Amino acid sequence: MLELFQYRYFVHGVIAAVLVSISCGFVGTYIVSRRIVFITGGISHAAFGGVGIAYFFGLNPLAGAAFFAVAAAVSLESIAAHARVREDSLIGMLWSFGMAIGVLFVFLTPGYAANLMTFLFGDILTVSTLDLWLMAGLALIVSVVFLWRFHRILYLAFDPEFARTQKVPIAGIRSLLMVLTALTVVVNIRVVGIVLVLALMTVPPAAANLVAKDFRRMIPLSIFFSLASTLGGLMASHLLNVPSGATIVFSALLIFVIVRIATIPRRIQSDSTYFNS
Amino acid sequence: MSRDGALVLELNGVDTGYDRRQVLQDVNFRVYAHDFIGIVGPNGSGKTTLLKVILGLLPLWRGEVRYFQAEKEVTRFPMGYMPQLSRVDADFPIVVRDVVRSGLMSLGKRLPAGEQVRRVMERMDIASLERRPLGELSGGQRQRVFLARAIVSSPALLLLDEPDTYVDRDFSRDFYEILTELNRDMAILMVSHDLGTIASQVKSIACVNGTLYHHESGEITQELLDSYRCPIDLITHGRVPHRVLRSHRGVPQTGREREHDA
Repeated sequence: MLELFQYRYFVHGVIAAVLVSISCGFVGTYIVSRRIVFITGGISHAAFGGVGIAYFFGLNPLAGAAFFAVAAAVSLESIAAHARVREDSLIGMLWSFGMAIGVLFVFLTPGYAANLMTFLFGDILTVSTLDLWLMAGLALIVSVVFLWRFHRILYLAFDPEFARTQKVPIAGIRSLLMVLTALTVVVNIRVVGIVLVLALMTVPPAAANLVAKDFRRMIPLSIFFSLASTLGGLMASHLLNVPSGATIVFSALLIFVIVRIATIPRRIQSDSTYFNS
Repeated sequence: MSRDGALVLELNGVDTGYDRRQVLQDVNFRVYAHDFIGIVGPNGSGKTTLLKVILGLLPLWRGEVRYFQAEKEVTRFPMGYMPQLSRVDADFPIVVRDVVRSGLMSLGKRLPAGEQVRRVMERMDIASLERRPLGELSGGQRQRVFLARAIVSSPALLLLDEPDTYVDRDFSRDFYEILTELNRDMAILMVSHDLGTIASQVKSIACVNGTLYHHESGEITQELLDSYRCPIDLITHGRVPHRVLRSHRGVPQTGREREHDA
């Protein structure tokens, strides 16, 4: 097994797994707790529009994805707040709009878009040194923001209306969290792809939530489960010679099922204390 | 009309609503330091909207809301708010202590939480639940947690939105005792759908039905409610102390009432 570390691509994959797990642990806990998982799906699919346009103009596809993801996140916030459109309908529209733009521009681009599949389904073994630096930068920013503003983020996610009654300015931190969510989506695109991006941001935090009913304890557990999923998927991908995006998602789901089964007795116990109290 | 304590809140000619739909019209309302006012009215009449106006969550179309502390008008006014329990996500991963602490969030990131939070949790008898997740609590425990969050900052005005929903009767009694005690230090406005329960607890009743009618003397009768066009039935039990209002002196007639009388 250790001989794998001789390969540069494998070392990159492991470093990417660690860095992405850190961002996903924080941001995923936030979106799962706030029940805005669907927004993340909308952002990731909207990002495909950026990938398509970047292809067409010969730019870096990830930069295009980042631009579209952030624009989608910010416009979701402001359109939902000001226009009279239901938020979930709006997400559905952004979702399909991004995909349509992406398909159109990829079609218009002369020649075959060789690594388009990489964007749709990801490949953790092809991350570049530049990708790693971007992932490291994001992991650092996300950690700093969450640790620095931990209570504010927690209270805002829990009960935004109450936060407003306390005259706490929430618009700024809320937008910042949307931008961080969008950027986490983008780095995830390299690892598991647009189609599977929801997996790493929702399955590990959902598994963590089975064990920990406390935001602050969910975060480290999510990071741990996410790391186990990406490393496990990486190994499985190597051993079975199948795409890593899929094996990472399977590992995450397997971990969820195991945690769920392991917590059954515990849940029965806590349910009975609920009725006795 | 003698009122309890100094003026803390004043609404003058307030109109407001959502989008283009007007909910409240020409609301004039005064709250004094030791008031305990029950706010009643039919569904959709604007009870929660009134609380939102007072909390500054909703822009006014017309009129003004003024707050007073020590007889001086202030812009930053400490208010405690307890929303309807059903409005808060009970499955959110948060423990009791953090919920109570969030009542101090306006103090900034360095919360001098410890002492204040512990004291209020002991007072609400939830200190032993400190580390329990919100989702594992019973309705009554949850109610006390949210009341603790509302009062931890020692506000001058406490706003409660249907605090008695989903709570069993035994607990309700304790809850009203706590409120009566809190009323020594703060004015309380309580929205309720169940006038029968609150009639014996509050000092006066205000009826919201498009606008607001506040009978300041605190005597509540069916005739009074009828005269406000307040479609709420007053249920009285023999053991509930109630007073009978003899005359309607000083109740201004509105256009709609005159129309109704005619």
